[in-house]
Amino acid sequence: MLENLQQSLSKVLDRFRGPGRLSEEHIQAALRDVRRALLEADVHFQVAKDFTRRVGERLLGQERLAGVSGVQQATAAFQTELAALMASDQPALPKNPRHPMVLLLAGLQGVGKTTAAAKLGLWLTRRRNKRVLLAACDLQRPAAVEQLRQLGERLGLDVHAEMPGPGVDPPGVAARALAQARNGRYDVLVVDTAGRLHVDQELMEEIEQVGRAIRPDASYLVLDGMAGQVAVDAGKAFAERLDLYGVILTKMDGDARGGAALSVREVTGVPVRFLGVGEKPEDLEEFDAERLAGRILDLGDLVGLVEKAQEAVDEQAALDDYVRMMSGRLTMEDLLQQFRMLKKMGSMKKILGMMPGMGKMSGLLDSVDDRQFARIEAIVLSMTPKERLHPELLDGSRRLRVARGSGTSVGEVKRLLRSFQDMQKQMKSLGKMMRGGRSKKRLLRQLGQRGGIPNLPGGFPGL
Amino acid sequence: MVLSRLRRGLARTRNRIAHTLRRLGGDTSAEDTLEALEELLYTADVGPLAAELLAEAEGALNRGRLAGPGELRGWLQERLAGLVAGPNDPAAPLALDGGPPAVLLVVGVNGSGKTTSVAKLTRWLQEQGRRPLVAAADTFRAAAVEQLTIWCERLGVELVRGAAGADPAAVVHDACAAARARGADVLVVDTAGRLHTQKNLMAELAKVARVAGRQVPGAPHETLLVLDATTGQNAVRQARMFGEIVPIDGVLLAKLDGSAKGGAVLAIGRELGTPVKFVGLGEGVEDLEVFDPAAFAAALLDPGGE
Ligand SMILES: Nc1nc2c(ncn2[C@@H]2O[C@H](COP(=O)(O)OP(=O)(O)OP(=O)(O)O)[C@@H](O)[C@H]2O)c(=O)[nH]1
Ligand SMILES: [Mg+2]
Repeated sequence: MLENLQQSLSKVLDRFRGPGRLSEEHIQAALRDVRRALLEADVHFQVAKDFTRRVGERLLGQERLAGVSGVQQATAAFQTELAALMASDQPALPKNPRHPMVLLLAGLQGVGKTTAAAKLGLWLTRRRNKRVLLAACDLQRPAAVEQLRQLGERLGLDVHAEMPGPGVDPPGVAARALAQARNGRYDVLVVDTAGRLHVDQELMEEIEQVGRAIRPDASYLVLDGMAGQVAVDAGKAFAERLDLYGVILTKMDGDARGGAALSVREVTGVPVRFLGVGEKPEDLEEFDAERLAGRILDLGDLVGLVEKAQEAVDEQAALDDYVRMMSGRLTMEDLLQQFRMLKKMGSMKKILGMMPGMGKMSGLLDSVDDRQFARIEAIVLSMTPKERLHPELLDGSRRLRVARGSGTSVGEVKRLLRSFQDMQKQMKSLGKMMRGGRSKKRLLRQLGQRGGIPNLPGGFPGL
Repeated sequence: MVLSRLRRGLARTRNRIAHTLRRLGGDTSAEDTLEALEELLYTADVGPLAAELLAEAEGALNRGRLAGPGELRGWLQERLAGLVAGPNDPAAPLALDGGPPAVLLVVGVNGSGKTTSVAKLTRWLQEQGRRPLVAAADTFRAAAVEQLTIWCERLGVELVRGAAGADPAAVVHDACAAARARGADVLVVDTAGRLHTQKNLMAELAKVARVAGRQVPGAPHETLLVLDATTGQNAVRQARMFGEIVPIDGVLLAKLDGSAKGGAVLAIGRELGTPVKFVGLGEGVEDLEVFDPAAFAAALLDPGGE
């Protein structure tokens, strides 16, 4: 989610690169681009407008700081505003709920409420060890009750379901479900409701009544990850009827950008709590706002790193290497070079701290420090040039030789090789992704445009 | 007709746009007018295309092709209507001369409104004097078949169903045979919702279409992509990627009865040339209208109040 947004923003920041100052012209052009990027990601018109205005004010009202580059200054402005847009302090579930805890789901038609109810039930059972009762209060759509009943049966979750008919209304069903939850000693009641248009006053009145009947500990707005501008109006309308605790953002396993959720958060203050990431019942994730915000914030440090890197290496050579590595032909020689470059740029830990997505890197880089780096360098240097190009040659006896030669252990050599293989794989898929079937020339141009990215240490596919 | 229904839907909401557009009335400056139009286009999910349209509008104004800012809205409305096509023949929006049975395949992402639209289309076909049969090829989602069964009972039309988890292509295979045996002249096929990025599910859809083609020459004769009007720019990706798997003959724009305006179909029209054939305007079987570009453009630029 938001990766695309992140990408376009980093492109925009490139405008501030180089010897140029923070000229007004630069700023205006960049802000136009930012706004466009936000709108393309379905961020609401007004939210995008306010966001760019705030960043603009921050930038234009600022004296150019001595000793700080334009890009750093611009980045800081973006960071501050993005952080405000993403901030969230509370967990996925409400604190201090009653017993049984009551969770209500509401939203527009077809957003995935019933599926979300079942997923949430399963999540509560498996992750929180709760006894869950689901309540089928969508009496509108044909077979919606049946859908929840079947899902419950499949997942081993109990469902309070009543046959739709005269005298059976959603607030009544919800109240009886709550009674059943109390008497049956359930820990949580999850209430599914019918989809409704936020402009349908009658049905909006009904959802308010459901809320009054069961007084939920938390009401979630279920929002389609692909939703457009209407999300904000819907969010506002539902927030007027229910005390919304959070958003469950669905269908995020596709290529949705989720800009609508960002807007709802901005306008109503209601943050995303869960993400639906697939059709399987277990495809529900707790949303970690801090992680996402952190990732977006990494942008700034990324830009800083790029600048440092630019000073450290020759551009064209790096570009060639980069293209080769992206094709999956990463060699130990590359690894060595990348490490040396990093060393030139400063302390290992500081650099790693700047790399976004470093958490993803397994083994090798997890807890690397400068001493470990020296050992890795020793291992690589103990390989023959041929072995460095074709690490697959390193069988048992060669590994032993390398371990001895470098004063390390066979285990360490093995670990390095394994990490290297992972890296190679990741580089290859990353390369494929970026190339998307395009020619090398196009890739080169693309990389060129992304300004400086080619100079990034290639050994860090977590990017 | 369409316009009045759309208006009614839109009238239910009073938003910022109404206020903004009132500024379009009197002798406002070009800048004000363009700003109001900009907000209108973006909040209608027209997306990045809006920037181009506004630049064009400004150009037309500056080169004196428009008498003044007051003409901007009319100009834009016409321009929008030209971007997305309706059916060639509004009286016969679907090309269902093939077969029998002519096969009408309904596809789309999860929850876009496919099953409801299948019910609406089936009723529309009945009204056209056709004899439809429905195939429940969503064997994946819980109670999808039950949902369609209820609709078909209400419509008094027969339904061919497979077992839960059955191969949807096999259901379509059987349904083609059943249609022939029962003398139905149109087969309406409901399919499972799938995200356009899911490779295996998209391959499954290709197979459904292939099997239909093997059973009836030229089938599917019509493939409709059901798009949710509340969807943003992702709709363009959906249209492109579904189209790569099964040629899309037209879009059915569902859920246009809310405050969403479905402006993403403009980019689809321009980039892919896919016409919009129907709009969905509610949850009942009668809430279906043939798409009319002029009415759509007018509704899109409608301030929302009366
Ligand atoms: N307001 C409104 N609601 C609609 C319209 N079309 C469908 N719906 C509602 O949207 C929801 C989803 O509709 P379905 O027809 O089940 O959607 P689907 O695409 O078949 O869903 P899956 O099979 O689960 O992928 C239901 O609550 C429908 O009543 C429409 O034109 N207007
Ligand atoms: Mg369906």
